[in-house]
Amino acid sequence: MNRFAWLLDRLSYEPRRNGKLALIADYLRSTPDPDRGYALAAMTGGLVFRNAKAGLVRSLVAERVDPVLFSLSYDYVGDLSETVALMWPARHGANAVPSLPEVVEGLREAGRTELPGLVAAWLDALDETGRWALLKLITGSLRIGVSARLAKTAAASLGGLPADEVEQVWHGLEPPYRSLFAWLEGHGPRPEADDPAPFRPVMLSHAIEDGDFERLEPSAFAAEWKWDGIRVQAVAGTHADGRRVVRLYTRTGEEIGHAFPDLTEAMTLDGALDGELLVMREGAVQSFNALQQRLNRKQVTARMLKEHPAHIRAYDILADGEEDLRALSYDERRRRLEQFLSRLGGERFDISPQIPFADWGALAAARADPAAAGAGADAEAVEGCMLKRRDGPYLPGRPKGWWYKWKRDARLVDCVLMYAQRGHGKRSSFYSDYTFGVWRVGEEGADELVPVGKAYFGFTDEELVEIDRFVRRNTVNRFGPVREVTHLAQEGLVFEVAFEGLQRSTRHKSGLAMRFPRISRIRWDKPPGEADRIEALEALLPAGA
Amino acid sequence: MIARQRLKPRDLLIPTPLGLHCPLADVYIDPLRPVPRALVTHGHSDHARAGHGAVLATAETLDIMALRYGEGFTESRQAIAPGETVRIGEVAFRFVPAGHVLGSAQIVVEARGLRIVVSGDYKREPDPTCAPFEPVACDVFVTEATFGLPVFRHPPAAAEVAKLIDSVRLFPERSHIVGAYSLGKAQRVMALIRQAGYERPLYIHGAVEKITDYYLAQGIPLGEVRKVTATERKAMAGEIVICPPSAVQDLWSRRFPDPVTAFASGWMRVRARARQRGVELPLVISDHAGWDDLQATIREVGAGEIWITHGEADALAHWCGTVGLKGMALHLVGYGDEGEAEPAETPSGEDAP
Repeated sequence: MNRFAWLLDRLSYEPRRNGKLALIADYLRSTPDPDRGYALAAMTGGLVFRNAKAGLVRSLVAERVDPVLFSLSYDYVGDLSETVALMWPARHGANAVPSLPEVVEGLREAGRTELPGLVAAWLDALDETGRWALLKLITGSLRIGVSARLAKTAAASLGGLPADEVEQVWHGLEPPYRSLFAWLEGHGPRPEADDPAPFRPVMLSHAIEDGDFERLEPSAFAAEWKWDGIRVQAVAGTHADGRRVVRLYTRTGEEIGHAFPDLTEAMTLDGALDGELLVMREGAVQSFNALQQRLNRKQVTARMLKEHPAHIRAYDILADGEEDLRALSYDERRRRLEQFLSRLGGERFDISPQIPFADWGALAAARADPAAAGAGADAEAVEGCMLKRRDGPYLPGRPKGWWYKWKRDARLVDCVLMYAQRGHGKRSSFYSDYTFGVWRVGEEGADELVPVGKAYFGFTDEELVEIDRFVRRNTVNRFGPVREVTHLAQEGLVFEVAFEGLQRSTRHKSGLAMRFPRISRIRWDKPPGEADRIEALEALLPAGA
Repeated sequence: MIARQRLKPRDLLIPTPLGLHCPLADVYIDPLRPVPRALVTHGHSDHARAGHGAVLATAETLDIMALRYGEGFTESRQAIAPGETVRIGEVAFRFVPAGHVLGSAQIVVEARGLRIVVSGDYKREPDPTCAPFEPVACDVFVTEATFGLPVFRHPPAAAEVAKLIDSVRLFPERSHIVGAYSLGKAQRVMALIRQAGYERPLYIHGAVEKITDYYLAQGIPLGEVRKVTATERKAMAGEIVICPPSAVQDLWSRRFPDPVTAFASGWMRVRARARQRGVELPLVISDHAGWDDLQATIREVGAGEIWITHGEADALAHWCGTVGLKGMALHLVGYGDEGEAEPAETPSGEDAP
């Protein structure tokens, strides 16, 4: 366990991708089975413990430390595992330090009643770093800046192979991956990949910059709408014994098919499609809000299926049957996609239309007015354009020069900072979550601020330091972890807030909800009295909303 | 003769937006803005500001203020030795070492049998560059709480410095850039490195030079210290370079051969703090008392009432309540702008190089 904790500790401070790769590869090379396999599983999200959850950690620490001091500390540190690791009352030499396999197998097999005692004994025996690593394992999110992809890349390097080779066999493997390591180290056969519907790493785009247009030749590119939904990969395949497997993956390879039986049932042909998950009613794309009703659901009700029918607007095809199409050009894949969809039929899948354009000026006009340029009633769900090079293959990751996104210009509004809260994760212990408002006429006729949204990014680290100081010095009220910051017409802080869209909402006092708000500029120069009024926002609501 | 009434604490010292005020002597302790008469605990710029009419402080603190602000930082000044008492009206002020940085002092304020100790910033860990904290029994103890949360338990500084020296041995081809606050921390880190037996010259950034020279002139042994010039940076493989925290992420540090960035601060206990700064080698070395030492000190001085000036005041005040002491958060705004008391110091907060 100490060696694994050391690895996580080093990784958490190593900023360079190559540095991380070297650390992981070195660990995997020099650590025996099954330890290294469990470590790889931890880094790829392959360890799930039924009974060991964050709640267990909370209750263990609650028995040992003052609850007020715990909540103040947690608020400060912003990470449960780290808070507990630092606060845990030390009992050095209490027990023997456990090994990683002992911990993993213990967490897997121990019953609900024996688990608390087991975990507490380990925590007593470990030092601060060891406790932190153990708690990260239990709570299931390492947050050390290592993606599953990076860990697989490091593992593949043991055999001098690219990560895709590991990806191909991955879904047939189980921790501690003895057969994988044997193959990579040259003393075993390639593991049989018996998953007929594997995830294929997605191709991502770069944001286009002004200078790019001069370099790029319009006729070399196809344009499509960029949809405001969720990127998914729909994959279907058939086992040798005839059993069919249909899966729906997010862009990071997480499986979400169980929440979308309406889609998995409709995927009646084997293949792999790349597209946007949307909610469609009567042939029209619904708002992102409607899609959110379907996300993160364990149970799908008949009513939900009826009221929020899911849909995939496909823009690429990675496999047709067992044939891998990724090496073909975009134009060629597009033809294959059209053929596949016409064979598939039904209403659940359609093709994302291309935007005809002669030059960049014409595309700019289409982007500015999608409704008039072919998007019609779906224009509200368009968040910009995608440019894809016609001769480009489908490549994993974010390769340069093939795909570009050209987002719609964000809307901007000046808001006044009203409340601040400490953030979690990277920005923990700074006041980095901001609630801001705009002016309206209050019940008694006087102007008042009404909250319209919350944002926690868009500023630089240096700006964060300054806002944090502003918050600490201008606190007028404290509500638990929330600080109310001075917000008078002449005294306060104005943010220029950028957002993608606006919707009516009954959840917010203002009756409005912003989509994807972020701080675009800090207006230290602007008195709050000159910030925007609610009418300016209402004018931006889509017609009929 | 009228029987002299015993004072209430707030008759002797009262928190104001300018800092702690003693109305009986009309002096402020560590005032946040220029005042006619100031008593200053130590040289960090959030406690020691320029522009007062008169300043009473230790000789070292006065020297440090003159180095940083110029000789005209105050109209008149008076040095006071550790253990010495100065009477102003009916109030006695005694300065006692605080163990924070060179010259740092607690101020014992006493009148009519009531004693308040204003500890300034302090730590209990041994520090080869300054006199150790001396606990003084009192009725009211005024404390900071920069690290007033139970997650801040500072490990022994020698073990942290050993990490640095191990890393230098492990990566002889890389230079080690150590961020440390220019007054106090930088010199303490150098002294600790010497205690660990490291004998090569130590290199410093220009912004650390003035104060380091002053420490050396006061007879504090730091071994051979050299200012690193622009042309030498490339030749610093295998060397340790001490710089102000803001320089770690600067262009300045990128000229060094494959630098390992380290940072010596109590904040390094929290991982997110280290990552926010891009620190690869966090060194948990603090010039402020950690959670256990805050508690031990409060118990040791035996005060029934604890005033908490700045930092994580709510947590420490809560703990006071759980052990039957009266703890009060003063929420004084303005302390914690220099050095470690400020979790995220900005480049503008440091001396210019």
